[in-house]
Amino acid sequence: MGMTVAEKILARASGRASVRPGNVIEPRVDLAMSHENGALVINQFLEVYKETGLEPKVWDPSRIAIIFDHRVPAESAKTATNQKKVRDFVGAQKISKFHDIRGDQGGICHQILPENGYVRPGMVVVGTDSHTTTHGALGAFAFGIGATEMASVWTLGSVLNVEVPGTIKVVINGEFAEHVSAKDLILHIIGKLTAEGANYKVLEFHGEAVHRMPTSGRLVLCNMSVEAGATAGIVPADAETLRYLHETAGVTGQIDLVQPDADAAYEQVVEIDITNLTFQIACPNGVDNVKPIDAVEGTKVDQIVVGSCTNGRRDDIAAVAHILQGRRVADGVRLLVFPASWKIYQECMAHGYIDDLVKAGAVVMNPGCGPCLGVHEGALGDGEVALSTTNRNFKGRMGNPKSEVFLCSPAVAAASALVGHIARPKGENHGQPARVESAEAGCLEAW
Amino acid sequence: MANPQESNQPRLVVSKLGDDISTDAIYPGRFMATVLPTETPKLAFADDVELNAKLNSGTLPQGSVIVAGRNFGCGSSREQAASCLRGHGVTIVARAFARIFLQNSINLGLPTVICPEIEADQGDELVIAADHIWNRTKDRKFAIAPLPAARQAIIDAGGLIPYTRRLLLESRA
Repeated sequence: MGMTVAEKILARASGRASVRPGNVIEPRVDLAMSHENGALVINQFLEVYKETGLEPKVWDPSRIAIIFDHRVPAESAKTATNQKKVRDFVGAQKISKFHDIRGDQGGICHQILPENGYVRPGMVVVGTDSHTTTHGALGAFAFGIGATEMASVWTLGSVLNVEVPGTIKVVINGEFAEHVSAKDLILHIIGKLTAEGANYKVLEFHGEAVHRMPTSGRLVLCNMSVEAGATAGIVPADAETLRYLHETAGVTGQIDLVQPDADAAYEQVVEIDITNLTFQIACPNGVDNVKPIDAVEGTKVDQIVVGSCTNGRRDDIAAVAHILQGRRVADGVRLLVFPASWKIYQECMAHGYIDDLVKAGAVVMNPGCGPCLGVHEGALGDGEVALSTTNRNFKGRMGNPKSEVFLCSPAVAAASALVGHIARPKGENHGQPARVESAEAGCLEAW
Repeated sequence: MANPQESNQPRLVVSKLGDDISTDAIYPGRFMATVLPTETPKLAFADDVELNAKLNSGTLPQGSVIVAGRNFGCGSSREQAASCLRGHGVTIVARAFARIFLQNSINLGLPTVICPEIEADQGDELVIAADHIWNRTKDRKFAIAPLPAARQAIIDAGGLIPYTRRLLLESRA
């Protein structure tokens, strides 16, 4: 019996010829990522060494990545002090993959890792963030862990007592309708599987639609796999993976495209044809409370957020800019855009997207997690409703339990911003003709 | 293997929660800069005013239980969600737990019991045995699902920190 991608990666990382779901292994770690919660990892790491007489020393400083993103620049003295503590530790331990609050290297951890070539197919990646599943888009086995578990990884270089998860094969065929995207697809999948449908499982993505999908879309699928409870999401590495690694991430040298065996054993096979898939909305207060847009079209919104580790990439911001170009965000709605990294921010500037967004009335924020988890900026008032391209809509997620959050794709966010309520992108003018004074008004006919 | 929660003492159910209780509900994201296990407990269920006040009242009987439905602890990997509950000395009995939350609980020593069919209301008294829970108030028994085998070694060691420390010392011996 053959192995799935996850099983192959875990077998190799634990020095075995093969593994099966349920086997208990201690895979070595290729990359261990933390963000501001590195401060808590440091506490636990020092606790491990307490009274051992040994000098605390991480197992391999070249395999640890720390990226400040959750609260940048610091929103409070407490955060600033945590960040200072991490900075000092990074220096003392000589941790090389450190991304501070800087316009030339910063951003959200789940964008910084791929765009810098830190993640490659076949790797075991752990992160003290549940959305570490994102990195499966490059054919790695990547999963979220807690701070104490990370302290153990920093000490030993392996994850202790991991049960090999079973794999669900998700086969996606057909072609997206205009403006429908990977976000609509993954929301649809989460709605089908439910928020715990893939708990302790891996989602392995296949099918012609996935083969055609750019890495930016695959990152969306794997990022939100955790919202169905999955330990990891994986897209088996292919020619598009190589293109991304070589052209965008600057990776050179040998890349091993780990493929599942033809006779791999899957616990379940889910087949989806996206040809007739329409825009999907996750309604309050659960990511699996997914409805086609028809059910909530017209719902008035107060704030629209575009960004996050899910949908803050250049393709996402381009989709929004194209819809907003030459138009105006409706009165009474705030549009906040936060690119996922400063590299993306600069690319968006070069393409004129930032200009389009600001002229339309959007507030473009510095790259980081922003309002997504309610710790930093963009809080909601009592009774307010947000529409967001982020990944969670639990009660209180954006900082106020008396507010509500709907989740959507970048295109739906942009179309809704023009009218102030949940709206679908339309082929013509999105309910608002472009202003003739737009320098590139001619381009708008396509929209 | 013995259930570490096993005891003949009846335990009071201080709260009954539903399915899909997220880590945002257990420990809201806006408090994530607070990390010390001495400081997180007062913020447990901060947006559930009644439950938060109850936990912080200092009057909970020893061994009190929070009963929850499926997928308890879904969402973020934030470890404060486990440390804040551990600080109150409560046991979490749920029909099922989300993966990262359960692992964090085991690593930190927050008592968790997986009881797929549990039925209990606030105010009920439970007796947690090796392989089942007896709801003494309703006089009904519910089977306990064993923790994933791989986790038991960490519990037996007293948590992941002492477990890792032991492996560290062995590797240097």
